Amino acid sequence: MIERLRARARSLNVTLWTLIVPPTVWAAHFLFSYLWAAIRCAKTGSFSTAPGVFWACTILALLVILASGWIARVQSRTPGDHPPHEEGTETDRLRFLAYATMLLAGLSFVGVLFTAAPVLFLSDCR
Amino acid sequence: MVMRQAIGMLRGRATVPLLLALAGCNQQQSALVPFGEEAAVLRHLTVVMVAGAVVIALALAALMAWAVRAPEGRLGLRGGERLILVAGGVLPTVLLLGLLAYSLPAMRPRAVAPADLRIAVTGEQFWWRVQYEPAGAAPVTSANEIRIPVGRTVLLHLEGRDVVHSFWIPGLAGKTDMIPGRRNVMAVRATRAGLFRGQCTEFCGLSHALMAFDVVAMPAAEFDRWLAAERQPAVAPAGAGKALFLANGCGGCHAIRGTGAAGAIGPDLSHLGGRTTIAAGMLRPTEANIAAFVRHPERFKPGVRMPAFPQMSEAEARAIARYLKGLK
Ligand code: HEC
Ligand SMILES: [Cu+2]
Repeated sequence: MIERLRARARSLNVTLWTLIVPPTVWAAHFLFSYLWAAIRCAKTGSFSTAPGVFWACTILALLVILASGWIARVQSRTPGDHPPHEEGTETDRLRFLAYATMLLAGLSFVGVLFTAAPVLFLSDCR
Repeated sequence: MVMRQAIGMLRGRATVPLLLALAGCNQQQSALVPFGEEAAVLRHLTVVMVAGAVVIALALAALMAWAVRAPEGRLGLRGGERLILVAGGVLPTVLLLGLLAYSLPAMRPRAVAPADLRIAVTGEQFWWRVQYEPAGAAPVTSANEIRIPVGRTVLLHLEGRDVVHSFWIPGLAGKTDMIPGRRNVMAVRATRAGLFRGQCTEFCGLSHALMAFDVVAMPAAEFDRWLAAERQPAVAPAGAGKALFLANGCGGCHAIRGTGAAGAIGPDLSHLGGRTTIAAGMLRPTEANIAAFVRHPERFKPGVRMPAFPQMSEAEARAIARYLKGLK
């Protein structure tokens, strides 16, 4: 199972576009958090006591970030060429982009957690 | 020469702590001298965050000093990577998470009950409309001064009338914008009695800096007595002041309970004599100041929304001031 997934991940190609997936998910989750709280407060007048939708979307965001981070990690170990992998070759560029994506995924993961944390403590719309 | 240099250096050194000490001298309007629970939490957070920041900055400085001095190759590739991972990734995440977890409980809003006193404060260029709304009783209108009972939760309903203002009593709680068409609610609780001060903190026009107010935190029983008295029509002193006040049309803008004056454009003056300041925290409430302000408010507050009364004689202004000052 894991091996199949890894093979799948290896066959994908990291690009500048996939590099921005984790921060984009972070940004989208950030925007969603504010809209969710503002719309709920405006429509119902009270803060949700059981914010199921919010946590579902947060977990979804974390999963997408985890997945892209994991794919990037697999790709950052693409074999070929010699260390220290700083030449202008296809493989080295791929490794570099993948590594950067992985770091961004880590940052975005923490970012989403930090964004979501206040919901644990907020209890009304003031 | 050397002597003078030494003195100059000493002076330079002494200025910074002196300024810091002076900032701590202000007891009326200082977030460092809280008289409310919210402000106390804020000060605590500030101290913890600043202490944390200082520790991190010192550690970073030490690391940099070490890095500059260490011989080349002191850290291998692995060691360097590990240092970056730990000091650049793990440590900041853990520290920030810790500070976040520590500060988040302060975001939990204060619990309020339907019986809590509500005070509606409206920011207007360049004064404060204040309305006390105790549960189960008719509201009481006042202006330019806020009194709160110590030890009770008070809800502040904050709104702007014309432009955006911002309401800040540094010793009581954080600041909250007053936005036209939107009511921001803040729940506070004072912990000790005293005379404090608030200030508009969002530029709102020419006299923005001259838009302040006194805050009187009173023992709860005393507050109840005060509010009951404030509700009554003012007892007017004898004299020509009242007739002059009405004849000059002041009642078109100002209300004084128990007289015909019921204007709602300017501040309610029903108990002006009981206030600690006039003109939104700007002047001592002396007869002379009231008389001078009435004839030429623009001399005290540029852009003020009250017309000048230059044709009014000094004696008339004095009579009106005596009347207003007598409204206890
Ligand atoms: C066009 C409306 C208007 C008229 C007429 C007017 N005022 Fe005012 N008055 C105001 C406004 C607005 C303020 C608030 C000024 C400020 O502090 O920015 C004010 C403030 C005051 C204050 C200070 C109030 C406080 O809470 O500290 C006094 C005293 C006062 N007016 C007296 C008078 C007298 C006496 C007259 C008649 C001679 C008069 N006013 C006529 C609008 C008016
Ligand atoms: Cu202002």
